[in-house]
Amino acid sequence: MNLPGQPPKQGARSLDPHLRRYAARTAGMTASEIRALFAVASRPEVVSLAGGMPHLAALPLESLSAEVADVVATDGLVALQYGSAQGIPELREQICDIMALEGINAHPDDVVVTVGSQMGLDMVTRIFCDPGDVVLAEGPSYVGALGSFSAYQANVVHVAMDADGLVPEALREAIRAVEQAGQRVKFLYTIPNFHNPAGVTLAVERRAEVLEICRQHGILVVEDNPYGLLGFDGVTYPALRSTDPDNVVYLGSFSKTFAAGLRVGWVLAPHAVREKLVLAAESATLCPPTFNQLVVSRYLSTHDWKGQIKIYREAYRERRDAAIEALEQHMPLGSTWNKPNGGFYVWLTVPEGIDTKAMLPRAITQRVAYASGTGFYADGLGSRQLRISYCYPTPERIREGVRRLANVIKDELELHETFGPSTPRPVSGPQTPSPDTA
Amino acid sequence: MSDHWVAVLSGGLSHEREVSLRSGRRLSAALRSAGLVVEEWDADAQLLTRLREHRPDAVVVALHGGEGENGSVQTVLEMLDVPFVGTDSRACRRAWDKPTAKAELARAGLSTPDWAVLPHATFRELGAQPVLDAMVDKLGLPLMLKPDQGGSALGAQVVREAAELPAAMVGCLAYGDTVLAERYVEGVEVAVAVVDGPDGPRALPPVEIVPESGVYDYTARYTAGLTDFHAPARLDEKAAQAVGELAVAAHRLLGLRDVSRTDAVVAPDGTVYFLEVNVSPGLTETSLLPMAVEAAGQSLGEIYAGLVERAVNR
Repeated sequence: MNLPGQPPKQGARSLDPHLRRYAARTAGMTASEIRALFAVASRPEVVSLAGGMPHLAALPLESLSAEVADVVATDGLVALQYGSAQGIPELREQICDIMALEGINAHPDDVVVTVGSQMGLDMVTRIFCDPGDVVLAEGPSYVGALGSFSAYQANVVHVAMDADGLVPEALREAIRAVEQAGQRVKFLYTIPNFHNPAGVTLAVERRAEVLEICRQHGILVVEDNPYGLLGFDGVTYPALRSTDPDNVVYLGSFSKTFAAGLRVGWVLAPHAVREKLVLAAESATLCPPTFNQLVVSRYLSTHDWKGQIKIYREAYRERRDAAIEALEQHMPLGSTWNKPNGGFYVWLTVPEGIDTKAMLPRAITQRVAYASGTGFYADGLGSRQLRISYCYPTPERIREGVRRLANVIKDELELHETFGPSTPRPVSGPQTPSPDTA
Repeated sequence: MSDHWVAVLSGGLSHEREVSLRSGRRLSAALRSAGLVVEEWDADAQLLTRLREHRPDAVVVALHGGEGENGSVQTVLEMLDVPFVGTDSRACRRAWDKPTAKAELARAGLSTPDWAVLPHATFRELGAQPVLDAMVDKLGLPLMLKPDQGGSALGAQVVREAAELPAAMVGCLAYGDTVLAERYVEGVEVAVAVVDGPDGPRALPPVEIVPESGVYDYTARYTAGLTDFHAPARLDEKAAQAVGELAVAAHRLLGLRDVSRTDAVVAPDGTVYFLEVNVSPGLTETSLLPMAVEAAGQSLGEIYAGLVERAVNR
């Protein structure tokens, strides 16, 4: 057996001559049966309810292409050049205008533009977490965040949610348990609005309490808010950052409100943290892509971006309705789900005994894909859950996908009736969708 | 150098799409380096139109699993009279169904681990536990469970304790309706590629597989470094000859054509057991056939260019 640090056996041929050189944090970076199955999800025959891909067909591509061409024509020498590590000032000002919709009063100097908010998350984890540090996160939590925490060898402790989001008492309990174990919590990572994957929103009356608990225990709050403007009832909830500027690091993104492929996001951080983030970002990417920033900035100044968000909201509401109607029509007894008021996701609990990860090959055979629940937990929970993303397929395809999924669940139930409830089969390697479906 | 132009089919809709796409890319590069003109095509709704309009000199099937190995795509190619590299549709069907291939080889007197094939319906109708008990009584433990059709070890699992069986059955049956349970034979695991040539099929040097975890599952197959390989395998002369003969016998008995890969295990008593055969062997960076080709002192492009030539002239 070859472990990292050990030479291959005499005469053996290893296909990776660098095996002994990898850092310990690469231990989980292996090929995965589950991940490979997602290759099929990209085919048109498959209804993919797996990916959180925005409905870009709603964008005004014609006018956008003219603006993009004009960026090169008029600002080409800036657009194609290196820029500031913190991001271009004009865009940072516009970002502050956007955050003002959620009650945030911010200065552009405290904004760091990032390559998607995923990079912001990576930077925040990098500057705060040493191996073994604890990060608190809702259970379930965003798969990409768990990936970042894992990459920096932080330990995730999940905090329970209910229909009103993170449960304050569960937060107190989790902090108490970590402290009693002599460990150190570095921050609470939370998605307060239209949670990925759970679809729930932190009740307004809980927000102050969550902030107060974290303050009392000296725990930083990392607020990830990519879906905040995508509420179906038109309500925009006050950001956690709006009432606690000194103890909240806010992550924002244009991926869901404009265009995911541009990879433009941002971090709003207290001044001292921002300084560290800029240096960390510089070492990672030198600067965020200037061209992409200028495209976003141009879009914000020349297009009715608030009107575009309304168009997105309507499209997602229609898709949410299609998903919920189909779930009500087709799902077998013992299945439960939430009805999100915004965002992209329904969190489905399947009848007892079914392991959604083990069920995925059957779903792929029946031409429907989803993200199984265990990928959204760092502790192995979630085998009875799965995430349905309704953001990308048309309502008609969503209805068909949910119908297929219900049949898959019914077939799987039959299997479990035959063999009885069973412990999920251990499968090594990442269990999560690849980036194009995450 | 050949100037044929070929279409490499990869992708498809099977569970092994990802692996097939990687095989297709690698094979295409190898064929181009051998001087052929290559296009890479997915096996999708445009395939027939493409075949009719473009008429490649030959098709090379690099599809894994499902339609690409069960004879379906081969049937289409035969109906359109398009020459292709690989086994014809009828023999594909025999080889693709693992129990059928095992039975055929056992009938010819070759060794293969004892097995049982059971569909889900049997467990449902007769009760799972009595059938599982009978399976363990007959085959013993540990057992290898795998879908009766399919590759890349998807859904395959070694079961060491009877208590693990129900969960393993559920995992396996997610890939298909029928399970193949096989007595697990400990020993030296080898893969032997067979390539047709002017003098008939010949075995390439056997490749010995030593997975770090002890089980050559999907992760061990496709994560570089998690498995050590010896090419040629560390077998004595007699055993090396025996595995080569087994692979050639499987190739002949099942009526395979051009190229195949037989997976086998050499038990401590020297018995060579046939496990399964693959009519469209993996060609990825971590696959076994390219290692065997290299151990034979040849290149993938050279081997497949020769097979294209055979297909064109067939």
